[in-house]
Amino acid sequence: MAEKEPIKIIKEKRAVWEKHVYAKKVQENPERKKKFKNLSDNEIKNLYTPDDIEKTDYLKDINFPGQYPYLRGVHPTMYRGRLWTMRQFAGFGSAEETNRRYHYLLEHGETGLSVAFDYPTLYGYDTDDTLARGEFGKCGVAISSLIDMEHLFHNIPLDKITTSMTINGPAAIIWAMYIANAENQGITKGKLGGTIQNDILKEYIAQKSYIFPPEPSMRLIVDTFEYGFKHLPKWNTISISGYHIREAGSTAVQELAFTLGDGLEYVKAAMKRGLAIDDFAPRLSFFFNAHNDFFEEIAKYRAARRIWAREMKSLGVKNDRSLWMRFHTQTAGCSLTAQQPEINIVRVTMQALAAVLGGTQSLHTNSMDEALALPSEKAVRIALRTQQIIAEESGVTDTVDPLGGSYYIEWLTDRMEEQTYKYFDRVEQLGGVIPAIEKGFFQKEIADSAYRYQKEIDENKRIIVGVNQFKLDEDISIPLLKMDKKGEERQINRLKKLRKDRDNTKMEHNLNRLRKAAEGDENLMPFILDCVHSYATLGETCKILRDVFGEYKEPAIY
Amino acid sequence: MVKKIRVLVAKPGLDGHDRGAKIVARALRDAGMEVIYTGLHQTADQIVNTAIQEDVNVIGLSLLSGAHMTLFIDVAKMLKEKHIDDVLIIGGGIIPEEDVPALKKAGIAEIFGPGTPVEDIVKYIQKNVK
Repeated sequence: MAEKEPIKIIKEKRAVWEKHVYAKKVQENPERKKKFKNLSDNEIKNLYTPDDIEKTDYLKDINFPGQYPYLRGVHPTMYRGRLWTMRQFAGFGSAEETNRRYHYLLEHGETGLSVAFDYPTLYGYDTDDTLARGEFGKCGVAISSLIDMEHLFHNIPLDKITTSMTINGPAAIIWAMYIANAENQGITKGKLGGTIQNDILKEYIAQKSYIFPPEPSMRLIVDTFEYGFKHLPKWNTISISGYHIREAGSTAVQELAFTLGDGLEYVKAAMKRGLAIDDFAPRLSFFFNAHNDFFEEIAKYRAARRIWAREMKSLGVKNDRSLWMRFHTQTAGCSLTAQQPEINIVRVTMQALAAVLGGTQSLHTNSMDEALALPSEKAVRIALRTQQIIAEESGVTDTVDPLGGSYYIEWLTDRMEEQTYKYFDRVEQLGGVIPAIEKGFFQKEIADSAYRYQKEIDENKRIIVGVNQFKLDEDISIPLLKMDKKGEERQINRLKKLRKDRDNTKMEHNLNRLRKAAEGDENLMPFILDCVHSYATLGETCKILRDVFGEYKEPAIY
Repeated sequence: MVKKIRVLVAKPGLDGHDRGAKIVARALRDAGMEVIYTGLHQTADQIVNTAIQEDVNVIGLSLLSGAHMTLFIDVAKMLKEKHIDDVLIIGGGIIPEEDVPALKKAGIAEIFGPGTPVEDIVKYIQKNVK
């Protein structure tokens, strides 16, 4: 990065320092560990100096924020211009209960919504389906029809607030419900802003709420891309997610590599359909985890921006926006401890700070009680306040990419990029992302890392405060969220009434049209919209697609 | 030769969180047990039938979705109905302390929460297998 001559001198001086200063000191006082390794098993050196990044060319490899390769941020002003969106993932019980939580969060300064759906909804089943037994509202809110969607967003201005929805298998249907609800309120869809997760590849790889096999799933996703840029230009039609890959146990490098690999797979699928890259690429967004290793996380976000920009450029994009790797971050749920839950506030603070120093566009901070149950109101408020403290009090938002140029951060960014390309090559050798999924490659890689991590904790090689060290014998008393016990019954009655009251002839007609379209190759979004407008339920609409597309079954490997 | 302990690691319901189940499955296998992993999305019926077919000594249920009060209890009930009383049932996942007494009453012998060393599960099975 600097001039050649000084690097040479630095190298010589460093060798002297290593031998005569550092080694001498280590001899007197040995280091705490033989080797220092980060969470991706990368060995970390004692010190980083200019010679560690001697090949780096500032203007080519780093450059200024808002300029290629966007290493320092996608926007020139970053948080000096606008803070990240504080978007807390929330959903439980019935639509009415979750609506109350959204109002609570907005009153406390949240700036965007994020919907968690329950398992039946994620799998495209209605609440009264036998497979939904025991799951109503447990992991999120239950949305079976447009009526539930109306309750979920009651008194929330959909033309002013953006909403992110964590929905994948049935993403097109839930998105259609959101659009239909807005349209019924007289809001034109072009005004709507938000995100659907819609990332099926990571479902097969990690989160496992898939429905259809890969091919029709990819078709549905490309349908949403196309519908999105034509009709909802402000909507992010996908959130390509590493979060769940990490939660399933991957390392940071695997999270980075698998996520970007998935992203490129979607780009290829859309281009294969004949979509112009600059039409859909600006609406691709990403979602990453923020785990415990502070610098590794920061380097991960920075590397992701640069790799994405490079790869997209090589695909021939012309619009700068197509090069931007914009992302949401959530702190690592899997890092939370059930033991001494209050100390999770500290973990979350560090993780959130890493996300901000890595240039995130939006952020969810976990609540301290989430290793025990769904978060209580107070716990959620503290999590939100954590973001507000970072934003308003810490001063880290005053300059763009404050860690840029740190020898360590730049070295680690380069290293993670290099390791990502190695994974790209391995996946390529397996025939691409989908064949690699079918061979269980990613699943095995992740399970191996998860097992290694657990072993390190069990063998006290990795310290988790409160779990394998600094333990406390205590009764954990944390106020837990109580859900409305009548919610499920109310929901089932609502479904019964809906099925009786709606125009069933019209609805059947729309479902049949959807079936025919699914058998052909038209874009399915307009057909799905007609179905949900005529109050076909999620389960009924999804059943049509299940009939036509079939269902995916994964190989159970551990 | 001592007969190996046979364990069915099962994921009931729609929950897709399989990190814990897979780690436990591997650890039990490494501890010398025969492990059968059901994979995801099993009904109570399927789990009980697999347990019978595979003639297991232990069923380990894993659930992080919050549906344990229904699905764990379904499995225990169904085993009782089939008069199977020589299978040890244990569970793990995100399970609030206040739910544990009712689960134990229903026949789940022990619940292992987040942060449990896998060694504890191995030892528990070795000690309590019927």
